This record gives sequence, C-alpha cells and structure tokens, in this order.
Amino acid sequence: MKVGPTVVTESQSSDENAEISKLRRGELAATEKLVRENAGWMLAVSRRILNNDAHAEDCVQNAFSSIFNNLESFRGDSRLRSWMHCIVVNQALMLLRSRKRRNESPIDDLMPLFDENDCRVEDRWTTLETPESLIQKSQTRETVLSLIDELPESYRVVLLLRDIEEMATSDVAEMLGLSESNVKVRLHRARSALKKLLEPLLRGQSL
Amino acid sequence: MMSSPKKLMRRMHGMMFKLPLMITCNEFESFILAYLEDGLPAKQKFVFEMHLKICRECREYLQAYRASLELTKHAYEGDLIGPNDQVPDDLVRAILAARKA
Ligand SMILES: [Zn+2]
Repeated sequence: MKVGPTVVTESQSSDENAEISKLRRGELAATEKLVRENAGWMLAVSRRILNNDAHAEDCVQNAFSSIFNNLESFRGDSRLRSWMHCIVVNQALMLLRSRKRRNESPIDDLMPLFDENDCRVEDRWTTLETPESLIQKSQTRETVLSLIDELPESYRVVLLLRDIEEMATSDVAEMLGLSESNVKVRLHRARSALKKLLEPLLRGQSL
Repeated sequence: MMSSPKKLMRRMHGMMFKLPLMITCNEFESFILAYLEDGLPAKQKFVFEMHLKICRECREYLQAYRASLELTKHAYEGDLIGPNDQVPDDLVRAILAARKA
C-alpha cells in the first residue's frame, strides 16, 4: 500500500517497535500521542469516504478501538501508519455499507459515446482550461467535490481509494471483495464519468 | 444532424482503424487505464500511440480525461494531510476513555 514513505530506515522501525510495545502495555502517554498524531489524517480519510462529519468521527473512534484490539496481531511487516490507514478505510467502508443508499443515476449516461463505426463521438475541445488555473478560482474546489459526490457510490469509492488514497489495485480489490480487473474497469468508468461531469468546468463554461 | 461529408469521413476513419496495427476508438478506450499506468506491452503501446496521432477525437478525449483527473486530485489537496489541530478535543477524549475502560 502506497501510504507515506516506502523506505524504512533501521532507526525508524526500531523507534516504532518501542512505541508499539508501550501501546501494547496500554501506556497512557503513548496512547494519547498515537491518537493526537494520527486522528487528523484519519478524520480526513473518513470525511472523504463518508462525506459527513458526524459519521467520520464515529469512524475514527471505531478505527481506534479496532487498532487497540488488534495491536497484538500487528506484525510489523508494514508500517504502523499504513496498517492504520487500512483499518480506518475498512471502518469507513463498513459504515458506508450500513448507511441508507440515496437514489443514484446510472453511470451509463456518463460514458463516452461511439458511433456505428466504433468511432468516438467527442465535441471539439477549442479550449481546455488547465487544472492549475481552475483550482485557483473560488468555488472550483467545492463544485468538483460535489460533482464527485454525484458518482454512484460503488464507483466513487474505487476512485477515492485508487486515485486519492493511492492504494494499490490489489488492496482495493481485497477490501471491496472484487477482482483486480473489476477494480480497474470501475476505476476507468469512474474517471470517464467524472470527466463528463467536469466538462463544463474544463471547457471554461460556468456551471 | 451530421452533414454527409462528415459522415463519410467518419466511415473512412472507421475503416482505417481496422487496418493492421490500427485499433478502433472503442479498443483505444479499453487501453487507456493501462497506458496511463505504463502497463501496456510494447506492441500495444505502439498501436495506442499511433491511434493517438491520427485520431483527433481520442487525442482530445484523453487530454480532457487527464485534466479532469488532475483537477480531482487538486480538489482534495490540502485535506490530504488532515491537520491535527482540527481534531475535536472531545473526540480524542472519547477515544482515550474507551481505551482505559
Ligand atoms: Zn479514436
């Protein structure tokens, strides 16, 4: 899983081992340090997946209780942070599944078009705004995030885990109970749909 | 309505894309993900890039696809790290209380 630095130096990992021993013994100072240092990014991960502050806080709380319960089985073959990332993502996905689904429009309407000769039908792009200039404008960020939220959940989640959380295809497949090729298909369809949704912005038309 | 010279052009494109070392736009579509992840074998990469050179629609489509992906990543920037000072104190207390219990 690609979270944080992949190169682990000796001193880093032995420091980490010492911390983990303290955590396993339930030492309060070490526990509080762990919570204070990690709750921020864990809350951010949960918010991205759940889109709801109260649910995100529940999620982080559940994740920590799972972390404390599983400290014994943490094997140290991955960094503590990527292990925690995995746990918080899993908790968020569980909460997402238990939540009532809203009505979703089918993704098919947002897929690229081909004619009877298998040729792509694509309006000319006379202007293509750069993402860098677009993001400078106020409202862009909010608009983009709300458009991402329009994707059907099973696609939005794959896009988030692969492109934003930068998790490996194999990890995402395992978490969602999908085959790797299925994850790839969903990712591409999610990106294609999002391209369609972001088109007015990218063409410089106001929404 | 598509004008008929335009329609003829598209038919010719469609025929051309069936020649050896050519792929249709539909096949191109199915290679995009692997191409962007640098996962295409050399021969497929060659035909993909060949199609990119001769097909205006796919070229512009791919540009917009990439721009949209980049814009999406930008939209999440800033909250990726998740500043710890924004963690509600009662959340921290609740987590610690649960640990002690
Ligand atoms: Zn094409």
